[in-house]
Amino acid sequence: MSLFIVNILDGLVTGLLLFMLCSGLTLIFSMMGVLNFAHASFYMLGAYFAYQISLFAGFWVGLIVAPIIVGVMGALIERYGLRRVHQYGHVPELIFTFGLALLIEEFVQFFWGRQQVPYNPPAALDFTAFAIAGNTFPAYKVFMIFMAIGLFLVLLYILTRTRIGMTIQAALSYPETVQNLGHNVPMVFMGVFGVGTAMAGLAGVIAGPVMGTFPGMAFTLGAIVFVCIVVGGLGSLWGALVASLLIGWIQTFAASYNLRMEDLLVWLGFEKPMLMWESAWQDLWTLTLPQVGPILPYLLMVIVLVVRPQGLFGKRET
Amino acid sequence: MSTPSTNPLTAGTSRLIPLNHALPWIIAAVALVLLPVIFDSRSALTIMNQMAITIVFALAYNMLLGQGGMLSFGHAVYMGLGGFFSMHVMNWMSVDPWLPLPVLPIFGGLFGLLFAFLIGWFSTRRAGTTFAMISLGVGQLVASLSIIIVIFFGGEEGISGNRTEMLPFFGLDFGQQIEVYYLTAVWLLIAALGMFLYSRTPMGRLANAVRDNEERAEFLGYSQRNVRWISFCASGFFAGIAGALFAINFEILTEENLNLATSGTILLVTFLGGVGFFIGPIIGAIVFTLLQTVLSLHTDIWALYVGILFVATVMFFPFGLTGLLALHVLPWKLGKIGYLAKPYAKMIVPALALVLSAAAVLEILFHVRHAGRGENEMTIYWTTFDSHSPLPLILGIVVAVVSAYALAKLAPGLKAAWDEATTMREAGQ
Amino acid sequence: MKSLKKFALGMAVAGLAATAASAETVKIAYIDPLSGPFAATGTNGLHQYEFAADKLVNEKGGVLDGQMFEIVPFDNKISPKESLIQLQVAIDQGIRYVVQGNSSGVANALTDAIAKHNNRNPDDRVLFLNYSAVDPALTNEKCNFWHFRFDAHADMKMDALTDVMAENEDLEKVYVIGQDYSFGKAVASAAVRMLAAKRPDVEIVGNELHPIGKVQDFTPYARKIVSSGADAMITGNWGSDMLGLGKAVIENGFSGPIYTYYGAADGITAAFGETGVGSLKLVAEGGNNPPSKEAAQDYIRAFKEKYPDGNISQARITNVIEMLAMAVNEAGTATDVVAVANALEGMEFTDSLWSDNPMVMRADDHQLIQEVHIYGHVPVEAPFDFDNSGYGLKYENSIVNAGADLPTTCEMERP
Repeated sequence: MSLFIVNILDGLVTGLLLFMLCSGLTLIFSMMGVLNFAHASFYMLGAYFAYQISLFAGFWVGLIVAPIIVGVMGALIERYGLRRVHQYGHVPELIFTFGLALLIEEFVQFFWGRQQVPYNPPAALDFTAFAIAGNTFPAYKVFMIFMAIGLFLVLLYILTRTRIGMTIQAALSYPETVQNLGHNVPMVFMGVFGVGTAMAGLAGVIAGPVMGTFPGMAFTLGAIVFVCIVVGGLGSLWGALVASLLIGWIQTFAASYNLRMEDLLVWLGFEKPMLMWESAWQDLWTLTLPQVGPILPYLLMVIVLVVRPQGLFGKRET
Repeated sequence: MSTPSTNPLTAGTSRLIPLNHALPWIIAAVALVLLPVIFDSRSALTIMNQMAITIVFALAYNMLLGQGGMLSFGHAVYMGLGGFFSMHVMNWMSVDPWLPLPVLPIFGGLFGLLFAFLIGWFSTRRAGTTFAMISLGVGQLVASLSIIIVIFFGGEEGISGNRTEMLPFFGLDFGQQIEVYYLTAVWLLIAALGMFLYSRTPMGRLANAVRDNEERAEFLGYSQRNVRWISFCASGFFAGIAGALFAINFEILTEENLNLATSGTILLVTFLGGVGFFIGPIIGAIVFTLLQTVLSLHTDIWALYVGILFVATVMFFPFGLTGLLALHVLPWKLGKIGYLAKPYAKMIVPALALVLSAAAVLEILFHVRHAGRGENEMTIYWTTFDSHSPLPLILGIVVAVVSAYALAKLAPGLKAAWDEATTMREAGQ
Repeated sequence: MKSLKKFALGMAVAGLAATAASAETVKIAYIDPLSGPFAATGTNGLHQYEFAADKLVNEKGGVLDGQMFEIVPFDNKISPKESLIQLQVAIDQGIRYVVQGNSSGVANALTDAIAKHNNRNPDDRVLFLNYSAVDPALTNEKCNFWHFRFDAHADMKMDALTDVMAENEDLEKVYVIGQDYSFGKAVASAAVRMLAAKRPDVEIVGNELHPIGKVQDFTPYARKIVSSGADAMITGNWGSDMLGLGKAVIENGFSGPIYTYYGAADGITAAFGETGVGSLKLVAEGGNNPPSKEAAQDYIRAFKEKYPDGNISQARITNVIEMLAMAVNEAGTATDVVAVANALEGMEFTDSLWSDNPMVMRADDHQLIQEVHIYGHVPVEAPFDFDNSGYGLKYENSIVNAGADLPTTCEMERP
């Protein structure tokens, strides 16, 4: 039971981290209609910038400055890259961000090399917050949880309670009308893209010390982020939250519980082959849950898309 | 009601291949025969084989992206599965040889088709983002399963075979690269011609119609879903052929043939060449293979250059390299191509200077950051110098800035010449 | 940057220039990742090869009548397909020796392709000197005459490791975890088999595989390992999987020894730092830090002088270079690889740097039998530390002729 609670907390950390990426991505998508393939790359840039800054000015300065740099970069890329490609349609836009992801990875390797860089949690948070039945829970992870929840509340407040949020929501659905009302929609787009990438950058800053800061960090996370927003429903903030937590927990529990296909098959009444290595079904018999854990999100995504193409909380199809 | 002969969807079928369309194919066939005479080393043959395989795969991919408007992030699955199955067939044939190697691609194609049929059943119900995301999910699932299902995929090591152990084909056992080259070349022609003809059939035209306006196609009585499904199956078939050719050439298949990176690469290749043209993926495959194999011999940061090229292509030439060439068709037809010669001649020097100096700056920076201590000496463009002294770097930056400035100055001249060359007016009016 | 030379290589690729085997140099193709996620390991390996060729062969006058060793790098992007293309390019340049080590999957593709190539083209055969791919199959059921392995394979290392573990009276529970592929499975099955034979009382409380390179957060695995009450754990993980697993486990309060195959260098030592002391162990061949021989200390100092960010992390690389030089001299030719292979086969060798114990290239399966050590991750003074971190590896136990008594299933076909 205590392990269960620990897993709930671990899954929460993973899920909230995913959410920090998904929230920006889903905002960008619902506003501009573009699936930003480079989103996880901005997450990586956030981690690397924060690492570089932390060498000179410490972790906390990096926490503030790195996301701002990433956000400004994102806004500039929107202004001078994406907006240009926008006129050609959605597929070139998507391909542009795809190329951008490759390019950012190459640039990171160019400047910081190919090895993992030693980017670590700040000393102030380097202690054990609490322990459940021998399983320690570092203070840094508590900090991560509060950061992510704080971000979500701020985002929710801005989107639903402020004038700017109203404009954004309106521009989501009726860009032309909003433009005719005198709002600068391209400016709003640039702002949203900048803020979205800054949030990804922030996620990178706080995840880098835990998940490792290396050139492959964007690639391993990039596809999962897509799964989250697609499962949650493109453009839905709540959907992104639910899907992120769901996937965080799926991954954690799948890794924790060593359920074996063998037990299931025996329970179903199949007879275990005497000579396993000669059986054609050996791979099925020896399958375990941790083995398939990381692919479960993709399975979930395919099923959701086939059954309900607009996602769990999505209102419209794409 | 329209009779079949006036139906625009079938009107093109009466003349499948006009004579002037046959000419490029004849030229291509002659070129394929002659290429190994010029490039006869084993590695050149291997690279040409790799090129041919990429061409078939890219053409198959473009049946989806270019003709059907379907963006797939998991098309390596069909090529890979076709290849894996072909490899198993090859291994069965080494035990009991009753088929010669040249028929193997048919098996690869059929297996690719089978899987495209099964997966297309649910993935082609929708177009757009939904299709793209399902393809991503299926791609990840199959690639991950290939590591888990060892008995079929051989795990991380993959499965290998020996092509020489199949039934000899008119005395050939395909032990030498040159024999494999001609086998691949013949299949390249067959597959490319097949895909070209397919694009000319009513089915191929329908795929265009659904791509451009699915609702209108639906109103005309064609199920958009079925049109996509059939395109998907056809694409899977040709991708499977590419997989079998891979199996023949490399005699090994691994998870790499199925994974996301391979799927992404083929998207890149196709887009680089130009999705709107039949010949686009061919040009893309040739350019990309050369970049990948030859450029990586010259520089460690080849992937950076490829990334820059790719992003620049999307930004400035969204119709790819072929689109860039196609822009010149109109001036050519108007007989005004000569108008462009002068501005191009003026720009070629600064353009080359810009590319070379920018590359030099990157190389110097990379060398300074990553070379061993004491290894200050570096050589680019046949010049050896100390990479740590600021002079070469400054020189490179100055040349780059000056040539960029020159290009910017020359750009209006090109634009004027371009306007002139693409309008019907007589010169001087 | 050797761009001129590389340009010449490119010309050869394009078929414009047919480069014949040069009489002045013995070219060795280094086919390993120089770009992409594993480039750090590949680049460091390349530096070690170039340095070894210069220091151990060229500065001593080369081989035969003064021929120099030249390492020619080929970037295989850790892809089997690219490796095979680069192999063809290398062969076209008249290269007769191929070294590769990163990934057993690539090694498997190469050994298969080289065997086929040598059968089909008896005029330009090549030798495959595998310095690091440790899937036991390569010198067992998949062995061939052209393949030589200079690293102890996974089973041999496990044999040494379990010898040491068996002596630990307090050991009761062991957790085995690895990446889900051939090497990870080989490690797991060897651990279970050998522990059962040597210490039947030790309980294997966990034996599992996780997907390779796909796990972002190892915390759930760490929770499971701690909860199992294991006293020790064994893992064959490498790269970011090694780092992620090790850090998560230690962070979660696991205090027992973590026996690894690849838990050092390439950024891993630096990332563990103080936290790894006392728990991180590694099984490998090579020397102590600092090495006992003065020559080896000078060698490392000179290497660090040249590559301040590099590590001498693979002693086997110098063994490859020294043994190849010996074999070429003994055969009296660098171009007849069958003669060189015959000279390597059964060669007895004592390296000049790391070890005092002689090694032998076993003729039956072309597997080098050598001394294997269990190292501990401890503070080590510069320049003998790894990643300039102040931490490195020191001997804890040594097993002479590790795994020599393990049977081989190799049925070698000789030309």
